[in-house]
Amino acid sequence: MLNKLTLKQALDKLDKKEIKLTEVYQDVEQAIKELNPSLNIYLTKNGQALKESKTQQDLPLKGLPIAVKDNFCTEGIRTTASSKVLDNFKPVYDSTVSSLLKKAGGVIIGKTNLDAWAHGSSTETSDYGRTLNPRNPEHLPGGSSGGSAAAVAADTCIAAIGSETAGSIRQPSAWCGTVGLKPTYGRVSRFGVIAMASSTDSPGPIAKTVEDAAIVLNHLAGYDQYDGTTSTQKVPDFTKFLGKDIKGLKIGLTYLDIKGLEPIKAYYQAVAKILEDLGAKVSLVKAMDPTLAIGVYTVVQRGEVSSNLARYDGIRYGNDRSHFGNEAKRRIMLGTYTLSKGYADQYYNLAQKVRTLFIQDFNRLFKQYDCLISPTSPGFAKKIGASEGSSMFGELEDMLLEPSSITGLPGINVPCYHDPDTNLYLGLNIVAPMWREDLVIRVADAYEKATIWNSWRNN
Amino acid sequence: MKNYTTIIGMEIHAELKTQSKMFCGCKNDPFGAEKPNIYTCPVCLGMPGALPVANKKAIEWTIKLGLALHCKINLFSKFDRKNYFYADLAKGYQISQYDIPFCYDGYIDTSEGRVRITRIHLEEDTGKLLHKTVKGKKVSLIDFNRSGVPLVEIVTEPDIRSATQASEYAKKLRQIIRYLEIGDCDMEQGGMRLEANLSLSDDPKLMKDGKLDYSRLPKYKVEVKNINSFKFLEQAINFEVTRQQKVLEQGETPVQETRGFNAASNKTFSQRTKEEAADYRYFPDPDLAPIRFSEQQIKDLAATLPELADAKALRWQKEYQLEERYATQLTRKRSKAEWYEQIWQSAKQQKLKANDLAKALVNKKIKFKELSDQPKTILEAYLKTQQTEAVDPKELKKIIKQVLSQNPDAVAKYQAGKVQIIGFLMGQIMRELKKKINPQLVKTEVEKLLKTG
Repeated sequence: MLNKLTLKQALDKLDKKEIKLTEVYQDVEQAIKELNPSLNIYLTKNGQALKESKTQQDLPLKGLPIAVKDNFCTEGIRTTASSKVLDNFKPVYDSTVSSLLKKAGGVIIGKTNLDAWAHGSSTETSDYGRTLNPRNPEHLPGGSSGGSAAAVAADTCIAAIGSETAGSIRQPSAWCGTVGLKPTYGRVSRFGVIAMASSTDSPGPIAKTVEDAAIVLNHLAGYDQYDGTTSTQKVPDFTKFLGKDIKGLKIGLTYLDIKGLEPIKAYYQAVAKILEDLGAKVSLVKAMDPTLAIGVYTVVQRGEVSSNLARYDGIRYGNDRSHFGNEAKRRIMLGTYTLSKGYADQYYNLAQKVRTLFIQDFNRLFKQYDCLISPTSPGFAKKIGASEGSSMFGELEDMLLEPSSITGLPGINVPCYHDPDTNLYLGLNIVAPMWREDLVIRVADAYEKATIWNSWRNN
Repeated sequence: MKNYTTIIGMEIHAELKTQSKMFCGCKNDPFGAEKPNIYTCPVCLGMPGALPVANKKAIEWTIKLGLALHCKINLFSKFDRKNYFYADLAKGYQISQYDIPFCYDGYIDTSEGRVRITRIHLEEDTGKLLHKTVKGKKVSLIDFNRSGVPLVEIVTEPDIRSATQASEYAKKLRQIIRYLEIGDCDMEQGGMRLEANLSLSDDPKLMKDGKLDYSRLPKYKVEVKNINSFKFLEQAINFEVTRQQKVLEQGETPVQETRGFNAASNKTFSQRTKEEAADYRYFPDPDLAPIRFSEQQIKDLAATLPELADAKALRWQKEYQLEERYATQLTRKRSKAEWYEQIWQSAKQQKLKANDLAKALVNKKIKFKELSDQPKTILEAYLKTQQTEAVDPKELKKIIKQVLSQNPDAVAKYQAGKVQIIGFLMGQIMRELKKKINPQLVKTEVEKLLKTG
């Protein structure tokens, strides 16, 4: 059952020649064969994966199979963004992320399902059917990177790549009980990622452990000449921050007082206790109301979406606009409206100003705290069908993550509770100042190792 | 008959001749491309996930143009998305500048007055649509070689008052762009595109103390596009002025619209009505960080500006005592001007009059290879033309006397006071001499003989 290995375990065992790469592929392919028909994780499988892996074995990721969200352009492999508009689109170029993965020795095993165009937090609005939560198939995996989170949770890959616009890495990670790392905006190149909200889109790893996520991030982070919003900030070795204690770190616990979170409050108070036992100082903190971020995010994102989707006219590639799903159409209309003359000031421009207030609020908080924690999601993974008829489903589910997404901060989700009856998880969201992935990794790793919630560390 | 003032503002687009396009590394050579769609990439084709990265040189050249036109420079600037659909617009939006253009508040002086520059901004060009019939079917083909080419847009205040001033303004702008070596402005190649906004006013209070009273501008304006030459620009404006005047005289207001110019019929024609400005839903492009300049960076760019044509012509008049007409003509093109100046400098060194040389060169009295001959060669050729042969004073007197006797009427006129007639006599004498004699010498002798009879 080599598909159940973490990335670190697989790399070590391959190094020591305890296992063979072909054996890993055998088990991963077998898992995909068994689970994909029902869980609908992969939209496209890379038939050449095993063959490609043979030449990758001397590179850092040793040819191991990585799942990639289908909004990343992958050269020669169909890329749809889960939309019928791109049903037949095969890019002749790689996204920077897939190119870097390959350079590091990773092999793309397949393209995972998402909410069409990343518009959602359930993976139910995919034009290719919903993905089911491997932990409990009556429930949703979350979204929009639901396919990637499910791929990891179901051990149908060794690690995965997702992208977050406002919660799309962290929330499905929480619902599927995996680790999801959203880097600082500008840390990882967006070139070749089908744009949703250009000012917040952040590609990042979804993995089995914090260590795995740090390993993958090492290969993805850095300045890219093809993305003018990437930073020349020095990229540290993120694995250096693993296994460090968190003594003396000042951690602010936010959002617990938000209406609707009462059922899960206790779990996070328990988290706070663990962190204190580990030596950190945890205090309840009043941050700017995250429900205000919903308006900001909704307006800014849909404005940018309405512009970013304009290129899909079917003239140069893909199918014409009649193939857009309902959610995409809704967002295009709303975004166009909020940018229109006479309305832009009321909506788009005003939203951007409130966004600045969120930036200022975080700056204020980070003067006193090293990092901030909160629940990732207002509750457990919802049941199938939950997103239907609810056009603001995503925004409400992602409410606790939107403030850090719209301000470009790095954040991570680690599992922090497992319900033995439903097999579903709750997730802990850890957020730090821009460029401080070291802090989120350090705290997340310490918490993960001190608790029993990570299903790969605690089998 | 009322007196109408012509009110014209111009919008001119010029392609910058950077090596690569505005937001990607594709070759910037749309006109020279052998085939359509060979200078393309995911970025300028609007492929999924493609992102723009700004061309620094294009930005610097835009600032330089602004400085050359006496503009103020926005130290903080940005790119905005201009959203609209057209088949040649790959992304469904054009990256342009909305409210914070790189340059603003400048001017160009013309012989008919100053034309204020409202703004200069930088944007990307669209692809090109070609309407053809393929296999019996009418199709529209799109060539994206031009998609993403950097364009500067120069907008004026409505300060232009005539067709000739419009043409002069456009020519001056072209000259400056060429002098800066940032664009070729070849109109046939689409390297420079002219648009004029025209209206007429009969309001005597339109100008107040020499300044335009904006509150008194007409409530309409007509946009004229598709003008492919300076000559057509003047013709289009003249046609429009006549057309609008007729409408106004009937007590009606000309329709606010866009009109094209038909060179064959020499008329403008209606293309589409512009009841109000289109809504482009401008917002700052999130893919491009804002651009911040320091005062020092602008100063450094200003220091790289070459001397422009007007300034050079003035300096030549001062420094080399060149006549204005020669100075203007020979400074028209920068590379040529710089070559000519080498000649003036050599002339100065050799204590020759630069103007004499200019005159000789312009009138082609010397055979020369512009731009390649060395100043030394030119000077030698010139001096050769000035060389005079010696003449036997006896022979000179003989010929002079001969010509004077052959032209008694002329002699009589001279002695009656019409001294200019000496020119005619000189001509005859020089012809007879068949040698290159110093004309001053001859003239002195002729005058002597004429006086003494």
